[in-house]
Parts: sequence; C-alpha cells; structure tokens
Amino acid sequence: MYKQTVRRRRAVLALLVALSLLLLTAYFGESSGGGLHSLQRGALSVLAPVQEGASRALKPFRDFAGWFGDTLDARGERDKLRSERNRLRREVIGAETARRENQQLRRLVALDNSGSLEGFEPVTARVIGRSPTVWYATINVDKGTGDGLRVDQPAVSGDGLVGKVTAVTRGAAQITLITDHTSGVSAKVVTPVLTAQGNGITGLVQTAVGNPQDLRLDFIPRRARLREGDRIVTAGSRSDKLESLFPPGIPIGVVTRADEEELSQFQRVHIRAYADLRKLDFVQILVPGSGADSSDRAQTP
Amino acid sequence: MSDSAQLLLRLALLALATVIVQFAGVSQVQVFGVSADLAPLVVASVGLLLGAVPGAIMGFGMGLLVDTVLLQTLGVSSLILLSLGYGAGRLRELRDPASALTPIAVGAAASALAAIGFSLMQFLLGVDAPVSLLLIREILLYVLVNAIIALPVYGLVRRALQPLLPDDPRRRRRRAYVTGGLSPLSRS
Repeated sequence: MYKQTVRRRRAVLALLVALSLLLLTAYFGESSGGGLHSLQRGALSVLAPVQEGASRALKPFRDFAGWFGDTLDARGERDKLRSERNRLRREVIGAETARRENQQLRRLVALDNSGSLEGFEPVTARVIGRSPTVWYATINVDKGTGDGLRVDQPAVSGDGLVGKVTAVTRGAAQITLITDHTSGVSAKVVTPVLTAQGNGITGLVQTAVGNPQDLRLDFIPRRARLREGDRIVTAGSRSDKLESLFPPGIPIGVVTRADEEELSQFQRVHIRAYADLRKLDFVQILVPGSGADSSDRAQTP
Repeated sequence: MSDSAQLLLRLALLALATVIVQFAGVSQVQVFGVSADLAPLVVASVGLLLGAVPGAIMGFGMGLLVDTVLLQTLGVSSLILLSLGYGAGRLRELRDPASALTPIAVGAAASALAAIGFSLMQFLLGVDAPVSLLLIREILLYVLVNAIIALPVYGLVRRALQPLLPDDPRRRRRRAYVTGGLSPLSRS
C-alpha cells in the first residue's frame, strides 16, 4: 500500500514536470501565430472582462494601500517639485524666445510645422492587470483589436512615453513598459539651453533587470556633454524606408546622473522616466489615423 | 459530488481567484518598491494543508494560469510552482510541522525559491539586457513582503478548503494524546 502511494506520487510529479517541459519547448519553438500563442490570447480575451471587473472593484483597496506610501513620499516630492518649478520658470522664458525665432526660421525655409502626434488617434484604455515579477514589466489594458489596437503601437500617459503594445486580442491588449528588459527606445537629448552641446544627441533608452526605476540612455557619443536635467524625448524617424515605432518628440524622462567616467567608458547616462509607471490607471495608445498607412514600411524601436 | 471532485473544483476556483486578485489588485500596490506575489504563497499553503500531490497539481495549474494571463512562455511558472507545491507537501508528509509560524517560514522559503527559480529560467532562456546587482535587493524585499502576508494568506487558503481538509497536525496530536495514542501512560 505504501509503495503504491509512493509510486503514484512520483508518477504524478514526473508527469507534471514532463508536461511543463513539453509546453515550454513547444511554446518556444512556435511562431507568435502558433496554436499555443492563439490559445493564450483566447484565454486572455475570456479573462479580460473578469479582470476588468476585479480591477474596478479592487481600486479602493489599491488606493488605500498606495496612500501610505504616497504620504511618506509627498514631503520630499514637494521640495523637489518646488525647485523644479523655479528652474522650469526660467527655462520657459528662454524657450518662448526660442520658439518665436524658430517659427520665423521655419517660415523662411518652408518646413512642415506639424506636431509629433499629428496623424494619430489616441485610444484611452484602463489598466486591468499588471505583472508582479521583476523580470517582466507589462500591463494589461481593456482595449483590443476592436478599438483599433495593433501590436507595436506606442502607449503614452499624460506625463510621457509608457511603452508599446506587444500582444493584442479582441477586447484586451498587453503593453510592455519601457522599464521591461526587452524594451529599447531610440531617443534624443533636448537640453534646456538650445545652444548646449548635448542638444540632439541620440541614444537608446534601456533598463537593467533588477533596477526598473533607473533607465539608461546607452550608446551616446563618448564626448557628449550631458548634464542633470537634460530632457530625453523619442527620436522617431519618418523616413519612408525605416520608420520608428514611436513618433518623434514624446517625452521619456530627464537625466538624473551623468558621470563623466561612465560616459567615457560605457557611453551611458542615467535617466528617470517622466511617467510614473508604478501607478498607471489609464494609458493612451497611439493608433494611426485613417489617413496614415505604414504597414509596408520597416520599423525600428 | 465525490470528495476528490469537490477538492479539484475548489482548487481550480482558488487558483482563478488568486490570479485575478493578484493581477488586478496586489501587483499594482508596491511596498518597499516591490509587489507581493500570492501565487507561491497559495501553492505552498495548499501543499502544507493537503500534501505533495495536490500541492504539485495546484502549482502546475496556477503556473499555467499565470503564464496565460501574462502572455509569458507557457510552462515556466508551472515548472517552478509545481516544485514548490510538491516540496511544501513533502514537508508536511515527512515532518508534519505543528508550529504556528510554519506558514511564514514556508512562505518565505517558497517566495525565495520562486524568485531564484524564475531568474534562473530567464537566464537559461536568454536575457538580452544587462542585469543589475540590485536584482538581489529586489528579491530580498520581495521575500520579506511575501513573508509578512504569508500567515493571512495561509489562513484564507485553509478557510477556503476547510471542509475537505485532513486533520490539522496540532488537533491530530491533541486528539491522539487524549485518546491515548501518544500518551506516555498508554505506553506503560
């Protein structure tokens, strides 16, 4: 009797381990349109309404728990924001002058003065789920193909870039945040002083696994002179052959640490994202307007 | 409905409820910069309460559900969680721990093993990005947060499975002592 129980227990364990390994191998081997991927998307679309209901029901509890942390952070945040406000006030005055000059110059060379998000129709979506592991920074939202969402479309919040759509079903979509280790966004530097040397320098915004709050701007020129407070925006590109996933000019973050040694050795500075990616309730997905058609173009991050 | 069918149904509902509450609520609340993870705690609690086989089955099912909802590689979480469920179940079968603090220790160990196992799997599957040493700090904080909520989670799981549970170790020992099973008087 005892031997039979032991045998049964070991058989169940072996069966489950084999099943897991089989699933892992099959999933890894198939394309994103394969059977297991489709099954996964089907299950997600079934669970999405339940998740949405639960997300709404649990919002008061989330807010209550978040309130404690927010209260502790609020004091330091207030002082930081005050000094940032003073700095921005000075910059606005300089920027206003530059804007007027810019408009005049644009008129002179007859350039297109359109905004970076022109041609997109933002779709507002509610965040209904979030990955708990440090390895994946993903969120699920309650909009899907029915609302015009497609894979690789950029997602933004009121503060800046959030990520891009990586999977989509009829009524739900998964957004991989810029703090995910698989994410990479081509970006450029916008310095507060337009004549500064760092202005227009491009690089790649990435994150390191284990430290999602600290984004990095990698692959910048060794001699670039960047300073704390320099802004980072999406570089974008509207070339016909290699169009960027992200339109140009979306704010990403601000340089928090520009160490000369690190800059010369690793071509890297550290940045903090404008969007608070830990507390997202709503995001906007930038769906190309009806006039735009970029399906036949190659795309880069 | 037979007892095993009832148990399976309860385990399935428990797994579904855990995954929904996790992703819709718990994951979006950060304590010390990390989120708690109910999955390893619930699986370890089921193992502790029911034994190795139900623990492993619960781990496999819960892992499948987690990977499905997060659109992750299927099988990764299943493999890790089924090992945790089986391990917690074997602990119950071999040691039969009766201390009230057992769920905290087992919850912390399960969380640590889940985090390390998940990291190892990611390394095996290939990571393109740099890995910061702060990952260790994140794992330690995650284990701490999970250890804090391990006891209430264990209590909730026990309540959810109450009618179908075998005897609690402490109650079983008390009854055995009273009825003479473990009494030194009965041996003399």
